[in-house]
Amino acid sequence: MTETHADPRLKTSFFTALTVLSSVSGNFSLSWGMRQFGRLDSFSLMAYARAVFNPWVALGISLLMLWLFSHMTLLSWADLSYVLPVTSIGYALSALAGRVFLHETITFWRGAGILLIVVGVAMVARTTPHGSGASS
Amino acid sequence: MRWLLVAVIAAATTCSDVLQAAAMKRHGEIRDFRPGAIGRLLAMLVRNRLVVTSVVAMTVSFFAFIALLSVADLSFAVPATAASYVLETVLAKYLLKETVSAGRWAGALLVACGVAMLSL
Repeated sequence: MTETHADPRLKTSFFTALTVLSSVSGNFSLSWGMRQFGRLDSFSLMAYARAVFNPWVALGISLLMLWLFSHMTLLSWADLSYVLPVTSIGYALSALAGRVFLHETITFWRGAGILLIVVGVAMVARTTPHGSGASS
Repeated sequence: MRWLLVAVIAAATTCSDVLQAAAMKRHGEIRDFRPGAIGRLLAMLVRNRLVVTSVVAMTVSFFAFIALLSVADLSFAVPATAASYVLETVLAKYLLKETVSAGRWAGALLVACGVAMLSL
């Protein structure tokens, strides 16, 4: 990708997707690693340092660094009050990832919560990323 | 213990997001994605006080989050960290002076309710 005057919608969609996917996969990887590592009962720095060297935790940290870059890039032209709701679709994807890969339960209320998030994200995604916040 | 960690995560995440947004608003839109330009951008950002403070807050949030993951399911941990959600939107309006339309408020509230329901 070079210096661009790309379609702002396309650029926003690309970095939103990158932010969401890196966040969901990073959180999933961290969760998987912490399950292998076991309970962190103390606030000992050594315990945290050992956790960080678990391969899944390390992969999770790398993905969250990618998340930080894409999130900050998105915030360079889009409002925080736009970025927050739109990227929250990641919460719904995290719940689904927990169901599929970690065999966690999706209750009726979790299912309804996922539906509300999808509707809310669709409403905010219709507004302009920066400025008036009016529908585009 | 779980709820203490949730409170730490919410406060630290709110600080981190608002500081990041303030820093990037000052910086302006990123248009150049060539490797050299990204390198120069990263070099500049690591010297930016707002960005450095936001990363410190994010680090606090991160270690509290992995501590929470060691005692709770992912499907509890992730929604619980969204407690900062409404607070961040209010701060975006009053601190960052963003214009938040009715549609954006409605969407944000739906998302906040949905995220809260995920932990039920």
